[in-house]
This record gives sequence, structure tokens and C-alpha cells, in this order.
Amino acid sequence: MLAMTLQQQLDELYQTESRRVQATLIRLLGDFELAEEAMQEAFFAALHQWPEEGLPDNPTAWLIRTGQRRGIDQIRKRQTARKYQHLADAEEAFDPEQDHDAISDDMLRLIFTCCHPSLTQEAQLALTLREMCGLTTEQVASALLQKTTTVAQRIVRAKNKIRAAGIPYEVPERKELPERLGSVLKVVYLMFNEGYSGSDGEQVVKVDLAEEAIRLAGQLADLLPDSEVCGLLALMLFHDARKAARQDDHGDLITLEDQDRSLWDAEQIAIGRQWLNRAAAATPAGPYTLQAAIAAAHAESGDADHTDWHQIVALYEALYQQIPSPVIALNRAVAVAMRDGPATGLALLDQLESQKAIQAYYLYHAARADLHRRLGNHKEAISAYERALALTQQGPEQRFLNRRLSQLSSPQL
Amino acid sequence: MKYVALVYYPESTINAMTEQEWHDLNQECIGCVERLSSQGKFLAGQALHPVETATTVRVRDGEVLMSDGPFAETKEQLAGFYLLDAVDLNEALQLASRIPPAKLGSIEVRPVRELPPKD
Repeated sequence: MLAMTLQQQLDELYQTESRRVQATLIRLLGDFELAEEAMQEAFFAALHQWPEEGLPDNPTAWLIRTGQRRGIDQIRKRQTARKYQHLADAEEAFDPEQDHDAISDDMLRLIFTCCHPSLTQEAQLALTLREMCGLTTEQVASALLQKTTTVAQRIVRAKNKIRAAGIPYEVPERKELPERLGSVLKVVYLMFNEGYSGSDGEQVVKVDLAEEAIRLAGQLADLLPDSEVCGLLALMLFHDARKAARQDDHGDLITLEDQDRSLWDAEQIAIGRQWLNRAAAATPAGPYTLQAAIAAAHAESGDADHTDWHQIVALYEALYQQIPSPVIALNRAVAVAMRDGPATGLALLDQLESQKAIQAYYLYHAARADLHRRLGNHKEAISAYERALALTQQGPEQRFLNRRLSQLSSPQL
Repeated sequence: MKYVALVYYPESTINAMTEQEWHDLNQECIGCVERLSSQGKFLAGQALHPVETATTVRVRDGEVLMSDGPFAETKEQLAGFYLLDAVDLNEALQLASRIPPAKLGSIEVRPVRELPPKD
């Protein structure tokens, strides 16, 4: 019976502490692979020793110390690993008293290393999912809808580069922090979006990437309460809160204005608001904070008609000042259409027409189609919907556009 | 760790420079080497003559083959190199970002591979 509860305790400890243990072991042992083996061995050792010796006072410290010892034994065995010899020689045992802050810093070190700009973004994402979120390579591959061999290769190559190129295991200095944090946040948001759009009802994805991204951002916000970290967390919480209302029973898309708002997760929206308030305390607000504020304006309005479009247009304006991208200009134009009517929005969209990137973006054509539809320009609407349709590969989007098309083609009742 | 910073730029940009601009760039590079040396980060380095002075050598079946120019046509040409002594990649990248032609072209930073011990 005792063994049973210990097993459960260990399982739980593995869930909550294995990443932390591994992050610290990477620092102590200086090697990703070795640290992972050592972490696994430490848990294995606990499984055998704790039933006899009882639960240690500080299980995490015990696991780290045991892992460190196992890792150093490994280094000694590998005669070839000369370059790690200094770690075996030093043999400074991990001391939880001295090293208390370091454990949480190790999680930060780990994510900054995983998201180092000298790695490709694909590699950053795969490595972060593997090392920070603790997914297996198979889980990473299935969540990203990629082949396991591709992902495995990407991770191996990234780890090799970290070792060979001397990518340090450290939190960047203050002056480099904004830029380096930017690449971390990008990966977290990419992870969220992979999860957000990847779950189209046709794919059975066992890992919820959106959830992982939110958890990771929460962890990051605890360790490094930068305003943009809080802003990104708020943004993801708002988007994710609408999850249940985004699709109907057939997995078809429901637009924001037609969503059943009682299905929105009010509790999560309230948590998002708290993070947004923390983020907005810093001025000027960064891009994630502005996007979170836009998401909040939607999430907190009781119905589509009462949405504060004046505020949303102003927020897009501020966002466009920071990131003058055609996609943001597109969103601004849609917001203007909601505030001032479809004709004004359409005029703004037409100004974007000369931009090549926007021409290949299906949402541009979908937005034009929608505004033409609202204006009663059936012919223009149909041709824009057709262009949008040709540019998207995703099932739910295609079905949504087809539905609009058939509504336009059939005689109005 | 040792890193090599390979300096590339489009020679066309250099060719379009005035005497004064070319002079200033050279002085900046001298300053950069002095700064790196005083920090103990500079191990070696040289600027190179333009790519039209290059000769490529190959040995095939024991025969030495020589040809004019570089191995491949590229937009940017190799203009020089630095051998740097840095703690880690972050420091190497930071040093490389202050090499003056970084503003004109690109700097490729590569860790040095030590050869295995002699048999």
C-alpha cells in the first residue's frame, strides 16, 4: 500500500518537477542528452530507494543531487568525453541551500537556450516543446503534424549546434534581453497558434499545444514578469477562452459575431484581464499587450453589436505604428468597416491591393468578400470568396467559404 | 572558445564608394582590430583583396587544377576574416556585430573545430 502511494507521489513529482530537475542538470552537467538520462535515472533510483528510506525532505534537491552523481559517473565511464572532464573533476555536489534561486533560473536559462536566435524557428519550437514542456519527440511530431524522423533530426541538429557552437546556458544580459525575450515569446505564440489552428476536428491531436503555450507563458511570467510576457499570456487566455464557441458540432467555423457568447469561458477571460492590467501598467504598451487589449475588447463585450469598435480601431492604429505589416492594416480596415460601415472599410482594403504578400493571404480576399456581401455586391463578393477559397488548404476554412458562396448563389428568400 | 568571423560584403557597394568613404571604412576597421586586441579577443585576422584577385586550386587524380576566381558566384564576396577568442557564442556574436562591414554585408560566425590529437 505504501509503495502504491509512493508511486503516485513519484508520478506527480515527475509531472511537476522533472523539467526543473532536468534544467538544473543541464547546467550542472553541461549536456542535454546526459542531463535527460541522468534525470530519468534519478527518478528510477527514487522508485527503488524511497520505499526503504522514506521520502526525502526536499525531493527535488534529492533528485538533482542523484542525477548529478549519475551523470558524473557516466562522464567518468565515457573515456572519450574529455571535454567534460572538468565537471567530473570539480565534483561540487549540488547544494539546495546555496542553489535555491538557481533552480528557477535554470528554467529561464533553458528556454533562452532553446529559443536562441542562432537556431531556426522550427528548431526553437521543437526544442522548446521537447525540453521545456517535456513532450516526447513523437508527441512533438504529432502535435506539429510532422514526421517523427523530421522532428527527431531537427532536435538532434539543434542540440549539436548548441554544443559545437558554444550557445551558452544563460539568461541574456539586460541590454540583450528585449530582443532575446522577443524570440522566446515568438516561439510561445507560434506554439499557441499551431495548437489553435491545428485542432480542426479532423486531426486527432493528443497534445493540446494551446494549453502548453499558456502554461509555459504562465511559468515565464512568474520567472520574468516583463510586461510583454504578461501581455502575451493575456492574449492567449482571451483567444483560448472562446475555444468552445469557435466551431459547431461539425467542426465548422463560427465567426466572432455569430458565436454563442455564453460558451465563452468567463473565468478564463477574467484571469486574462488581470494579466492584461499588469501588462498595460508599462508604457508604451508592446505589440502583444495591444493585441491582448483588442482581444479583451471582444471577449468582454456582451454581444457583437456592443463591441467598442472605436477602441479597437485605435488599438490597431497603435499596433500598426509599431508593426506596419499589411496583415495589421487588413485587421484595422475590418475594424474601421465595423465602425464606419463596409464601404469605408472596403476603400481601405483596396489601398492594400498593390501589396504582393497580401494578395496571397486568403483572409484579405475573405474580408473583401464579406464587405462586398454586406454591401449587396453579389458578383464582387462571389469572385472574392472564390479567390480566398483557392488560397486556403484548411478544411474548416474551406467549408466556411463554400457555405458563404452557396448562400450568395442561391436565390435570396 | 575560438570563433572565426568571415566578413562578406557586396564588392559593388565598395566599388561605388568615394575615396573618403573607403578611407573611413578602413580606419574603422583598424579601430575595430585595436579594440578587440586590447580586450584580448583578437587572435588573428586580415582583410582581403577583391575577389577578382582570387585563384581557386583543386587537386584531382593527383593533378593540380587552377582556375580564375572563386568557387561559386555569390551576391556577397569574402572580404576578410577575424579569429576571435570568446567565452561563448553570445560573446562571439556580440563582437562580430561590431565589425564595421557588418553594416554593409554579413558576418558568418563559426566555431573553430580542433583537429583530433595526432596518431
